Amino acid sequence: MEKIKSALRAFGLPRLIIAGFLLLLFIIAPFVGIGVGNGITDTLARFGMNSIMVLAMVPMIHSGCGLNFGLPLGIISGLLGATLSIQTGVTGPLSFILAIIYSTPFAIIFGWGYGKLLNKVKGSEMMIATYVGFSSVAFMSIMWLILPYTSPTMVWGYSGSGLRTTISTDGFYSHILKNFLQINIGSLSISLGEILFFAIFAFIIWAFLHTKTGTAMTAVGSNPVFARASGINIDKQRTLSVIMSTWLGALGILCYQQGYGFIQLYQGPMYMAMPAVSAILIGGASVNKASIVNVIIGTILYQGIVTMTPSVMNNLIHTDMSEVLRIIVSNGMILYALTRKTGASR
Amino acid sequence: MKNVSKDYNGNPVLKDVNFTLKAGEVLGLVGENGAGKSTLMNILFGMDVIHETGGYGGKVLIDGKEVKFASPLDALKAGIGMVHQEFSLLPGFTAAENIVLNREPENKSVLSLVFGKRANTIDRKALQKKAIEAITKLGVSLDPNMLVSEMPVGHKQFTEISREISKSSIRLLVLDEPTAVLSEKEAEMLLKAIRNLSAQGISVIFITHRLQEIIDVCNKVLVMRDGKIISELDAKKTSISEMARLMVGREVGGPQVRTEEIRPLSDKIVLSIKNLWVDMPGETVRNVNLDVHQGEFLGIGGLAGQGKIGIPNGIMGLYPAGGKVELNGKAIALNNPRACLDSSLAFVSEDRRGVGLLLDESLEWNVAFTAMQIQNKFLKQYLGGLIKWRDQAAIEEVTNKYIKQLQIKCTSSKQKAKELSGGNQQKICLAKSFALQPKLLFVSEPTRGIDIGAKALVLQALKEYNRKNGVTIVMISSELEELRQCCDRIAIVTDGAVSGILPATTPSEDFGMLMVGKTGKEAM
Repeated sequence: MEKIKSALRAFGLPRLIIAGFLLLLFIIAPFVGIGVGNGITDTLARFGMNSIMVLAMVPMIHSGCGLNFGLPLGIISGLLGATLSIQTGVTGPLSFILAIIYSTPFAIIFGWGYGKLLNKVKGSEMMIATYVGFSSVAFMSIMWLILPYTSPTMVWGYSGSGLRTTISTDGFYSHILKNFLQINIGSLSISLGEILFFAIFAFIIWAFLHTKTGTAMTAVGSNPVFARASGINIDKQRTLSVIMSTWLGALGILCYQQGYGFIQLYQGPMYMAMPAVSAILIGGASVNKASIVNVIIGTILYQGIVTMTPSVMNNLIHTDMSEVLRIIVSNGMILYALTRKTGASR
Repeated sequence: MKNVSKDYNGNPVLKDVNFTLKAGEVLGLVGENGAGKSTLMNILFGMDVIHETGGYGGKVLIDGKEVKFASPLDALKAGIGMVHQEFSLLPGFTAAENIVLNREPENKSVLSLVFGKRANTIDRKALQKKAIEAITKLGVSLDPNMLVSEMPVGHKQFTEISREISKSSIRLLVLDEPTAVLSEKEAEMLLKAIRNLSAQGISVIFITHRLQEIIDVCNKVLVMRDGKIISELDAKKTSISEMARLMVGREVGGPQVRTEEIRPLSDKIVLSIKNLWVDMPGETVRNVNLDVHQGEFLGIGGLAGQGKIGIPNGIMGLYPAGGKVELNGKAIALNNPRACLDSSLAFVSEDRRGVGLLLDESLEWNVAFTAMQIQNKFLKQYLGGLIKWRDQAAIEEVTNKYIKQLQIKCTSSKQKAKELSGGNQQKICLAKSFALQPKLLFVSEPTRGIDIGAKALVLQALKEYNRKNGVTIVMISSELEELRQCCDRIAIVTDGAVSGILPATTPSEDFGMLMVGKTGKEAM
């Protein structure tokens, strides 16, 4: 009995509730006319789209910068890369690679500045990060209008200048990973491409955390004074982690766009941080501890809820309360995690 | 107080303490850090810590009647006031407002007819008068309209004391090291004020480390050591050296006797410290000059707050420092932890949990981390050194080696550091610095907060490391006996400077003299 109890505690109550709820949804699904295969397909598709943005939380959590509420900054780097890539007119898979290449310098520069800022506000990183995200979105809303883009797929048709709010990635890199190595079994379809893409980056982060620098980064997050007494340059480690997080955020949004088929500008990135934050928290991470396993479990659980509730609930009670439920789950999870700062479960 | 005793978790800190205090008497209370002075006063004042840890034994009698204070409020009602070392004043209020805080004279207003007492207004004039009364009673010059935030430290202290004596029922005032933060002139004024109070029939218990003040102002002195009152002296007839001896001396023939001879000192100077200053809050180092010889075990002692702890913290770059520090003739960059570690210095911090350990990580990480980062140990290198991969097997091996060597009690090398007891955590800190294989090791307060068994083991480990591996060790400790047990020489730090260096076999009262501010020559 004691063993079961401690096992339950290790798994975490919120994770248990959400996993149970998700299971329940999958059990109900067939009775309201929704195929389990479809459900799993959708969940995995959304997993592929969102997982890298969740992964973008990991470096900053490790270095003690808290949850990356400034994810929109990384997303903006990604958007700049994406629009620049389309501007060059290159199509097909190459445009995706170009977008990654173009967004990298932006991510490094933005991440560097963002990191410097966070080093000045140690102790209240998460609050500052939230506003870094919000204000960068507002600033870029102006810039999308005045930057001299000319590609006809992107600019407003009537004026010939300024970018549209939604840009289709059709013909460029739409579904480039999704259709790569896709497996279809009946109603179930799994895109190995997206999962492979995530796996590569998850492996890189995992490997990085096993190197000397990665170890130093974790120590900085675990006890900065200890790290300093061991001769580590804390600020440098923190800045590095923020750059990594920002760059992963850029990659994340590119991955999201190829699955979704559209680039969303202006207010699009505004609330992108919340689902990612809440996903990694559901995965069992805490404000100062996170692992790749947390990312995987968290993204599957969170995206599972988000995909299954609308269809199941709507068919069940014929009212649209999926959005309400999603907000309760994501914000409730963030609130829960912030109130208990210690103890990640792995 | 009769037969008062107290233990924290089975660890006795007060044993059978008896003393009496007459009205208008000034009682001096002296003793080393940890002798039990604060605990005794906490009992008298009914502080919460006492109840939370299971109360106390014995009786406290006031006017022949037994009292048991459940909280400081009860003690206040009985006429006991206490001034703590740290100020508790509102910086944005004036002296007068602070003095009568929450006991302000009130006027009835229209609103108070409706809302009751809470809506009364404050009678400013009466408030002023009451405050001035208290200040005059104390006999110091203090502007009642001055904001506390603008006051010099001495005036803040006076404000605190005025607040206590403005309480009408005040009969006993406890002053906990009130002169520690004051300049000489301010201290003099305070002593005068204490005499004033005692002339008015208020009893004072005066705790201080400055023994001269005791002689100046007290009627009676209690010397405490190891939770016992060693002796009760008449302040008029005693001397500083007598008190100092009683403070630090221990019975000869006790368990902690030094068994070995002092080793001859090597001629080679490893570390030379010149004009070092360190800005460490509470442990300011002003001007330290010190030479450490090759292979010796140097102790640094002194009372708390005198700056002994600041020395290693400053050299290792944890607090802003200046001056000149040379290792084997080469200058070391200060304010740069990396440079010190690179030149094979290592430091075991007194702040085990804050600086010394990664509490949330495994023992393996704690032991190997610094050596890994500084000396690239426990790493596997790939692609010509581009990728430095953590070598788990090597880390485990070294951790297990030290777990065995230092007899660290843990479930495995994977256990988290925070789950270990204090003594075992300290051993992990030692293992961490041993893994660096330093040429010179600073150890700061290695036995603070750990039980006697672990203490002996830690000291033994350090001693062996020094004797067998020839590593020079500088150990900072508040416990003189501990230093006398392991060290070759002991330097005493007073007021931010070295007041003298003596061989460890010197009798402890000589060290006691150095601690209370006499220079080496006078002590000889």
